[in-house]
Amino acid sequence: MTDMTDPSGAGQVLKVSDLSKSFGALQASKNITLDLRAGEIHALIGPNGAGKSTLIKQISGELRPDSGSVSLLGRPVDDLDRVARARMGLGRTFQISALAMEFTVLQNAVLGALGARGGVFRFLGNVMRDKALVAQAEHALERVGLLSDAKRRTADLSHGQRRQLEVAVALTLQPKLFLMDEPMAGLGAGGSQALTGFLDTLRHEAPILLVEHDMDAVFALADRISVLVYGEVIATGTTEEIRNNAEVQRAYLGEEEPV
Amino acid sequence: MNREKLLNTAVILLLLAIPLWAHMAEEPFLITLATKVAILALAGVGLNIALGIGGLVSLGHAAFFGIGGYAMGILAAHAQNYEPLAEWPMLIEGTNQMPVIWLVAVVASALAALVIGALSLRTSGVYFIMITLAFGQMLYYFAISWTAYGGEDGLSIWVRNEFPGLNTLVPLEFFLICYVILCAALWFAARLARAPFGLALSAARQCEARVETVGITPYQLRLTAFVISGAITGLAGALFADLNRFVSPTMLSWHTSGEIMIFVIIGGVGRLFGPVIGAALFILLEHLLGGISDYWQIYLGGLLLIIVLYARGGVIGAISGREVAHD
Ligand SMILES: Nc1ncnc2c1ncn2[C@@H]1O[C@H](COP(=O)(O)OP(=O)(O)OP(=O)(O)O)[C@@H](O)[C@H]1O
Ligand SMILES: [Mg+2]
Repeated sequence: MTDMTDPSGAGQVLKVSDLSKSFGALQASKNITLDLRAGEIHALIGPNGAGKSTLIKQISGELRPDSGSVSLLGRPVDDLDRVARARMGLGRTFQISALAMEFTVLQNAVLGALGARGGVFRFLGNVMRDKALVAQAEHALERVGLLSDAKRRTADLSHGQRRQLEVAVALTLQPKLFLMDEPMAGLGAGGSQALTGFLDTLRHEAPILLVEHDMDAVFALADRISVLVYGEVIATGTTEEIRNNAEVQRAYLGEEEPV
Repeated sequence: MNREKLLNTAVILLLLAIPLWAHMAEEPFLITLATKVAILALAGVGLNIALGIGGLVSLGHAAFFGIGGYAMGILAAHAQNYEPLAEWPMLIEGTNQMPVIWLVAVVASALAALVIGALSLRTSGVYFIMITLAFGQMLYYFAISWTAYGGEDGLSIWVRNEFPGLNTLVPLEFFLICYVILCAALWFAARLARAPFGLALSAARQCEARVETVGITPYQLRLTAFVISGAITGLAGALFADLNRFVSPTMLSWHTSGEIMIFVIIGGVGRLFGPVIGAALFILLEHLLGGISDYWQIYLGGLLLIIVLYARGGVIGAISGREVAHD
């Protein structure tokens, strides 16, 4: 087995150490340790309720872990809220889309560009006429294939399109790493393939911690895979190692890919 | 031009045309009604920034309306009695100059909004409503016990305050002052809604997680909106006191907060001209139904119920349909 730990810590964009979190009697994260390195896609897989989203929330700063620590870009961020972590360069998409539903698609993307640029406390100029912001927003929409829907109301989008918009808004932030919670869900075969192709190139801009149920996408994209079951990482390794791991077969992949 | 803009234009022109006609027809009472509409609409424009764009259901806006009213009352009372407000550390005299009074009203209500907002915006939902209500009631009871300025009986000013170059005793001229301020506030509110600040504030109402995820703190947005909102409502309070030449704790009571909110809801929450249409309908109903029955507010309550249940966008929404997001 190749050694997946990187003793020097070089190129380590995200480091999660010994993270635990309980909801009452339910332990949703058990001593989770994992990292994300420059240029890679690290997929996080596991059955429903395994605690994938809970882990993402603790990394992004929405949930406080009971114990353990998170470092971004070599710096502990346990005391920082999610706004501060976003400003450090953490871009995130949600499993249940979190978008301004009354806005147009373009407005949501412009909001992202505005957050990245700063200057929110301007009270007079029309933000949708701000050429730099709109250009950045349109570029992000174009990259996920939503530019032709720019004028539509977000509430009128399909669930898959909302996921694409989430990715586009994250792109406007030009983050240093991405956390993506099931970006393929609801996309359909064609959409999944297109997004898979896109994420494949995106990893060179910023590494991605990818939660995904679509195993074709995971095995096509991931440099490494971590398997989470009942709040515990039962294995981390390359796609080959995970595919051949007996415990993983039993716990997870067996259910997904019946003979 | 879409239907909403057409409706807005018609309403703002009508609000100007009626007093102009009334001036020629020598119907000063009608001018007073139109002035009241303009002032209450201004208060509503203030609230609408917090409520409509920011989603902040404040039941304490009477505090700002009343602070504006008392700013006028106190300054003008000292001016009419030739008693300085303070002699130490420096001499501060009262004044009957509207621009000075407005400035004091705006600054005082903005400061109050900063304090009330900073504390109440740490909560949300029902708690926010209750805390803003509590602050409003606190000021209300303070005003009742503040006998130096009339206590429960309020404070009367004999002569309307002055504006350089105009005769504010002519009803039409005072109306025009209020009308121009209303138009300026509408212009500002329209710009604000489209500005970077308005986009972020609106997004924070729709989805707080989204705003935080792009690196913006909702609390700062909301506090700023609350201060701007309170300042505009405070300015309306100063004008309202000047219209009546009287200020009393009633301006600070929760009824007033409720009424301002009712204009906004009737007209259409978050619609630029919602407060104008709401205030006009409110004054019209008060005038028409108030003549028929003392219990006219029951009918108003019925209207409100219908709007809340069937016309979420208020009157404007019912006439012009779903709002087009920013263009
Ligand atoms: N706020 C909460 N309070 C109580 N329990 C919670 C909370 N959030 C999540 N849980 C529980 O924690 C467990 C892990 O949930 P989580 O959403 O992280 O799973 P997941 O791996 O993302 O699942 P899915 O694949 O369905 O998205 C579940 O049993 C869930 O019911
Ligand atoms: Mg999940």
